[in-house]
Amino acid sequence: MNNHIEKRIELKAPVSRVWRALTDYQEFRQWFRVKLDGPFVAGQVSRGRITHPGYEHVKWEAVVQKMEPEGLFSFTWHPCAIDPQKDYSMETPTLVEFRLEKTTNGTLLVLTESGFDKIPSDRRLEAFRRNDGGWTQQMKNIENHVSQTS
Amino acid sequence: MSHKRRSRLAVKRQARAPVFAALGDETRLSLVAKLCGRQPYSISQLTHGSKLTRQAITKHLRVLESVGIVHSVRSGRESLFEFDPQPIEGIREYLDFVSEQWDEALARLKSFVED
Repeated sequence: MNNHIEKRIELKAPVSRVWRALTDYQEFRQWFRVKLDGPFVAGQVSRGRITHPGYEHVKWEAVVQKMEPEGLFSFTWHPCAIDPQKDYSMETPTLVEFRLEKTTNGTLLVLTESGFDKIPSDRRLEAFRRNDGGWTQQMKNIENHVSQTS
Repeated sequence: MSHKRRSRLAVKRQARAPVFAALGDETRLSLVAKLCGRQPYSISQLTHGSKLTRQAITKHLRVLESVGIVHSVRSGRESLFEFDPQPIEGIREYLDFVSEQWDEALARLKSFVED
């Protein structure tokens, strides 16, 4: 059974422009229709309120996973959590990833949303912590490498 | 996307999370794969060829039964388990709904960055 969503869209705008629209919370607000309390920070919860007409009562909550400049922006959330009476926190969150690639005419954006069934929420969180640790270490390695060679 | 459709899906959503959870296990997925041929199976038939015990298989079948993916029917002294496609179709409909929402959001993003 197909349990993930993938969308590919060509945008006639440079990667830097698309990156800003995705990760600057003021810009994200405009096209995604959510009023966010503050900027996106990797590893932190992002909160706000939906501004989509008819859904102003709905809270937005996501955990920003990765912000790899002009490459990958990802977060976990509960998709379509539109019932304010219901507690969605016990449900398995899904992972949303925006990947950017430079093309001759602009940018290819690949969106995926995955994890609709597979991993129970507790294991998922642990998996992310591990990945995040790995990535932090990787960044340190690069940093060390750059500072040694310069 | 009409409001009517959204609220209908919001209501149906109640039952969806446990269905996803029930399917989030390899043994249960393999049981579903076997059963979705529409022919009912007994626990013995489902245990045959599996490394799992009869008790383990029964436990997994009960999980699937609790979300309506399988139903048990009596046949003489045995319980047979049969597949019901409805809950999984519900999930498919839900994924279509999420997918449509992304189409709308990405269309807004496109006009936002291209203007």
